[in-house]
Amino acid sequence: MKAKKRTGTIIYHIFVCGFGLLMLYPLFWMFMSSFKETNTIFTTARSLIPDPFTAENYANGWEGFAGVSFATFFKNSLFVSILGPIGTLASSACVAFGFARCQFRGKKILFAAMLASMMLPGQILMVPQYLWYEKLGWVGSFAPLIVPFCFAIQGFFVYLMMNFIQGIPRELDEAAKIDGCSYYGIFGRIILPLMSPALITGAIFSFMWRWDDFMSALLYIDDPNKYPVSLALKLFCDPGSSSDYGAMFAMATLSIIPIVLIFIFFQKYLADGIATSGLKG
Amino acid sequence: MNKSSRFYHFINKEKNVGVIFCLPFIIGFLVFLIVPMGISLYYSFCDYDILSPPEFVGLKNYIEMFTQDEVFWHSVKATFYFALVSVPLRLIFALLVAMILVRPTKATGFYRAAYYLPSIIGGSVAVAILWKRMFAPDGVINSLLGLIGIETNFAWLSDTRTAIWTLIILAIWQFGSSMLIFLSALKQIPKELYEAADVDGANKFTKFFKVTLPLLTPTIFFNLVMQIINGFLAFTQSLIITQGKPMDTTLFYAVYMYQQSFNFNQAGYASAMAWVMLLLIAVITFILFMTKRFWVYEQE
Repeated sequence: MKAKKRTGTIIYHIFVCGFGLLMLYPLFWMFMSSFKETNTIFTTARSLIPDPFTAENYANGWEGFAGVSFATFFKNSLFVSILGPIGTLASSACVAFGFARCQFRGKKILFAAMLASMMLPGQILMVPQYLWYEKLGWVGSFAPLIVPFCFAIQGFFVYLMMNFIQGIPRELDEAAKIDGCSYYGIFGRIILPLMSPALITGAIFSFMWRWDDFMSALLYIDDPNKYPVSLALKLFCDPGSSSDYGAMFAMATLSIIPIVLIFIFFQKYLADGIATSGLKG
Repeated sequence: MNKSSRFYHFINKEKNVGVIFCLPFIIGFLVFLIVPMGISLYYSFCDYDILSPPEFVGLKNYIEMFTQDEVFWHSVKATFYFALVSVPLRLIFALLVAMILVRPTKATGFYRAAYYLPSIIGGSVAVAILWKRMFAPDGVINSLLGLIGIETNFAWLSDTRTAIWTLIILAIWQFGSSMLIFLSALKQIPKELYEAADVDGANKFTKFFKVTLPLLTPTIFFNLVMQIINGFLAFTQSLIITQGKPMDTTLFYAVYMYQQSFNFNQAGYASAMAWVMLLLIAVITFILFMTKRFWVYEQE
């Protein structure tokens, strides 16, 4: 009986582990291919081990396109994915506090508007927003990639933080109020420090979404000096490009490293965020 | 009372505080959602090529879309096919894997991470260009097929039957987030229910279909709705991997809308498309909610 159970456990692990490796195989393959000589990648596609091992692809890829190197692309991506999340977090925290702790006229309607904006996918606004930003003279600059996000328009973050604030005991607010604290003091001195886990979760998601964002970069950025990494990677696939697949895989690998690092170090926060986004009915 | 103390009074009034905290959203909602939507509603009734001023043409764009534009219907078909196939498959897959991983072992944390990683990088351009090369005639898929004895240089991305499946597989590959959601939902099911089922002599299958599945239906429903909405607007993957080819079989709605607006300069037409999609999503969400009472288990 015990032996049978043991075989069962071993089969379970072999199956689950094998399937996991299959899931990750495409990523391994890209990573290993980035160290192969570029003309051997597809002739040796079956083997994962680069022979000979070379880092040349990284040097070639880093040079970028038409004199603009990947250093510029990474710098642009970082710029957008740091400023955007800061604005998102600051504005969403305020709005979340307003929804969670204040009573005012029109709150219900406003809350419904927020839920509706959560259901509305960004792609549907692609054309309308473009026409509007065109009028504002923002096309060609980083503004469309940063400014809208400073106004709490992504309901996910408001919702995430609101849930968290509702879990903080109201007695803390009341005590502070008796001590003469205004609402702004309660927010700044009590709620904000206590909600740091929600802020970290929010920061991680916001950063990842801004980093991966391709559509708005495609729409609004036309100067290669302002390209973020996601848009620069697309140049490797454009017809007429030199199709240096080694360099392409090398830069693609580099582009996902920040996300993978976040994944390794902040897994718990990621799981929290996903639970908020999917569990509520 | 001087000016500054009056201001101080105003911003600290109970009924004003909430509005002040919510101001970012109020402004953002009006300026970045309502205004653009309004502008595009107007343009959807216009001939507008962005360069010259819009010219009012009434319902022309809408009529043309439904009666003359064959490509529009191709894109609707491709989009429905993609969303209605990939989302249910991804959810079934996520549930299956969650049922397997719910068993606690020493390596469970590691397995979860391995299955979850693709879903957080799967939407990136890096993965899209990788996918494009994997399914190329000389790509890794064909060479792995060679390994198990099927020598082929089949062009997965240029065949009308398989091209959309490469995108569906990519969508299913990202089942990790849904899996995590199911895992935490599974943990919330009270143990007593299973114990009671044991007393009644239920086997594993009965327990799954009579206890687990009914209690998961609210989670399944919510994720089905949200993911189908997002599936209808899939963009990046199609634009980079297949560009809508071959024969429009992977031309997703959002991609066609993009082409109309930015490649053909038909911003009026594209605005009309956005509004049709919004209506379509509303109708489908409504239909899904109508089906809710037949299969979603509501707890008292």
